[in-house]
Amino acid sequence: MNIAGHLPILVIIIPLISAVFIPLLGRINRSAVCYFVLSVTFLSFLISISLLSMVMTSGRISYRLGGWEPPWGIEYVVDYLSGFVLTVVSFISFIVSIYSKRSVEKEIDGSKIPAFYCIYMLFITGLMGIVITGDIFNLYVFIEISALSAYVLIAMGKKKAALLASYNYLILGTIAATFILLGIGHLYMATGSLNMADLSKRLPALYGSHVVRTAFVFFTIGLSLKMALYPLHIWLPDAHSTAPSVISALLAAAALKVGAYALLRVVFTVFTVDFVQNVVPATKVFLVLAVLAIIAGSVLTIAQTNIKRMLAYSSIGQMGYIILGAAIMNPIAMTGSLIHILNHALMKSTLFLVAGSILYKTGIEDISGLKGMGKRMPYTMAAFTIGALSMIGAPLTVGFVSKWYLAIGALRANMWYIIPVILLSSLLTAVYCWRIIETIYFHKAPEDESMMTYNGHSTVVNDAPAGMTVPTLVLASLCIVLGFAAFIPVTVVTSAANMLLGAN
Amino acid sequence: MEIIHSARPLYAIAISLLAVVLIVISRRHPNLRESWTILASIIKFAVIASMIPVILNGKIIEYTLITILPGLDIKFRVDALGILFASTASFLWILTSIYSIGYMRKLKEHAQTRYFSYFAASMAATIGVAFSANMFTLFFFYEAITLCTFPLVAHKETPEAIKGARTYIVYLLGASVAFQLSAIFLTYYAAGTLDFTTHGILTGKGSDILLTVIFILFMAGIAKAAIMPFHNWLPAAMVAPTPVSALLHAVAVVKTGVFTILRVIFFIFGIDLIHNLNLSTAGAYFVSITIIVASLIALTKDNLKARLAYSTISQLSYIILGALLMTPSSMVGGIVHIANHAFSKITLFFCAGSIYCAAHKTEVSQLSGLGRKMPWTMAAFFIASLSMIGVPPAAGFISKWYLAMGSIEAKEVPILIVLLVSTILNAAYFLPISYKAFFEEPNEGRDVEGHNILLHENHSEGHSSAHDGHGHEIEFKKIKEIPLMAIPLVLTAIISIVIGIYPDYFLTLAKEIIR
Repeated sequence: MNIAGHLPILVIIIPLISAVFIPLLGRINRSAVCYFVLSVTFLSFLISISLLSMVMTSGRISYRLGGWEPPWGIEYVVDYLSGFVLTVVSFISFIVSIYSKRSVEKEIDGSKIPAFYCIYMLFITGLMGIVITGDIFNLYVFIEISALSAYVLIAMGKKKAALLASYNYLILGTIAATFILLGIGHLYMATGSLNMADLSKRLPALYGSHVVRTAFVFFTIGLSLKMALYPLHIWLPDAHSTAPSVISALLAAAALKVGAYALLRVVFTVFTVDFVQNVVPATKVFLVLAVLAIIAGSVLTIAQTNIKRMLAYSSIGQMGYIILGAAIMNPIAMTGSLIHILNHALMKSTLFLVAGSILYKTGIEDISGLKGMGKRMPYTMAAFTIGALSMIGAPLTVGFVSKWYLAIGALRANMWYIIPVILLSSLLTAVYCWRIIETIYFHKAPEDESMMTYNGHSTVVNDAPAGMTVPTLVLASLCIVLGFAAFIPVTVVTSAANMLLGAN
Repeated sequence: MEIIHSARPLYAIAISLLAVVLIVISRRHPNLRESWTILASIIKFAVIASMIPVILNGKIIEYTLITILPGLDIKFRVDALGILFASTASFLWILTSIYSIGYMRKLKEHAQTRYFSYFAASMAATIGVAFSANMFTLFFFYEAITLCTFPLVAHKETPEAIKGARTYIVYLLGASVAFQLSAIFLTYYAAGTLDFTTHGILTGKGSDILLTVIFILFMAGIAKAAIMPFHNWLPAAMVAPTPVSALLHAVAVVKTGVFTILRVIFFIFGIDLIHNLNLSTAGAYFVSITIIVASLIALTKDNLKARLAYSTISQLSYIILGALLMTPSSMVGGIVHIANHAFSKITLFFCAGSIYCAAHKTEVSQLSGLGRKMPWTMAAFFIASLSMIGVPPAAGFISKWYLAMGSIEAKEVPILIVLLVSTILNAAYFLPISYKAFFEEPNEGRDVEGHNILLHENHSEGHSSAHDGHGHEIEFKKIKEIPLMAIPLVLTAIISIVIGIYPDYFLTLAKEIIR
């Protein structure tokens, strides 16, 4: 087998091994660490892209670890869905890594930087592992890798509150992991198998079994907690808002998405459409939870005054969209749900990076502190405006594409009552986003001589360094480019949606 | 119908976007900056005018920019309705540009670069609306107008300006997201397309209830048409500098609203379908309420711009009324009123701005005797008022005539009465202004009055006049016309008469639309 055949393992093993080398490299040359991380994440991104294109041309890729046959050995699977999510996760990690250099230098103690990047790589490894694995116990292992590293990364936040947030997340994350492990145990008890594809073949005969149903409940609760599905979101605002800026972006844009991916995987691949629709009323429950998440998430967001906290809360509603599309259960809505994995990753990482740049440059955390910022940090604020418009769902941004598919999908399923939910949440989003845009551009900056008044009136442009501004702008422009050329990701995602729903 | 594929509509839109870039680049050189605005407005009109002969020959121009998703294109289409709106708006942009320069420089306004660049961007979006080939493209440009005009409304950045701008965006964005977007979702769900097609796309595509719901959602969602109760944003938007009120809130933005409604009525539903759903008469009566009530409110307003705003609300519903009555004459009347009202109302707003700049007066009650000092402005105001009232040979007469004929054809006597009552009300709130200006003695020098003037001005026009060096108590003797402002407004007043005497261009286009 040539190197191309080993890409599925390389995408995991490269960041994993690099994590080991980072502390060593840090002892030799601390500033080289960041470039090393950058090249590793870039390599992962390239591998993900090539895996995705291989899937597009020749279909599902199955990789046997150590050459063991699938039901016994561990199998890595790249199909439309995992290829797509893998690409999203590796791309976001790559862009965030570019951004991280300056931001981490500012937010993390110099001596801790190598340790930070070591855990950072483990975190990314864990996330990508969750996506690529086709083995349900291996899934648990990767969930724990990513979760344990996330606890550490959050705790590295500057404020004391970060420790508490990390601790809370640790408690709840451990409960979630335990639930997932119990689910795995129940399934193993019933079927004697841990391979997802194998499980999905064996399970239909056992759908009547209480053991299998209990397993399903354990899985959904555990994974819902991981992806912060309302009302299991309470750990999220603290964790996402107190973490270092780059970690906030990664948590919101990659970790939550991977949680959603794992839930979809278990619900639709391990179990089946038939099970969640006919055996247990899971889709109805998810539908209600998704609607609650969307509305409650948006309302809670409006109440926030801290920028990062506001962004963190808004993720709750956005995760609701992803579940909503899945719960409607038709290919169009499912496409909306999956495309939102990409779209929300793009816009939320844009917004978190903007928040990071503001923090880097001014130390401002409150929305009220943003007055007149449009003139001081024009590029960063332009990125924010694009991200915000995208969140609202303005046409020709990525946010519109998701809403379009969700709405049309809901109508096709005769669920017209979803439309007001989507639009109400757009309006609520408009309220919290527009409030900031107005503050940035139309409220006069306070007369603080130390930072801005120059010759009495003109304002000094003082944007974040290019190393931070450029990645932010790249993500922001993708919010528009992929809103324009939406057909590119949609072709991939449509195949993934059909695959999940077993239509093809 | 012959279809020509050409990128000219795209050029017409792009030219003012290019201007935005040039304006921002040359922000340090005001004269160069303003010349970009003028140049772009002239080229834009030339590009649009070059398409007029093609359209008059009964052809349409189409251009697909990009297919975003299957069934969702950014696509342009130039037809009679589009060219009528686009040529009116782009022609008036030329005059407004000249006027803006006069206004902004006279008042030494701040943030002029932002003002001119967003003005150009708004015009790009307006022409985008005019040339949209489907509801999605139109919706995009519709929202773009809202966003691009926000900085213009909030221009002064005073608490009142921001409050007004907020009302503006809450109404426009709120209604369009809540109602118009759901109507678009439902339309796509029912018809599987959003393309504007001559006899509509919804016929037979859903139950009567669904189609009626879609229609109502569209009417509610297109708040730019200012049908009551979605009209409050227009008076709120009057905090904007007067050229913005003139071009955007008497022509571009509000006409985008009625234009969108006409698109929905003629090209999404089709006349027959509206008729079969019995929405025609009901809708006509509904907008009649707006016509009368807005006129009554206009009577009570002493602030000149507020009075004009309510007059606009009333006049916009004429256009929708004409379309909904569904007789050939009424539809022609409604459509030509897009242009006729545009020329007359922009004249009135130009006059209001000219009065404010030259004499610092904002209230109707302060205008006594002003005709002696500002004869051109007040004469133009008088002519435009006549057009609004519908006195021949002014342009407004043509619209009123066709509307009245239409209401008789439709055998709707109550509508005819509405038109008559509204004409009387128009006269009642416009003519006293001209009377005051020409026949009353100036009330300069009376202490109590002077004090009032000060209060009013502070309230309605914000701080901008506070730092312009003239102060409020400008002496009556010193009031004189400002040429850069007087010339455009005299021109638009003359055009209001000319298109009343030679209405052929607009009438031909209107007849082409309903053919």
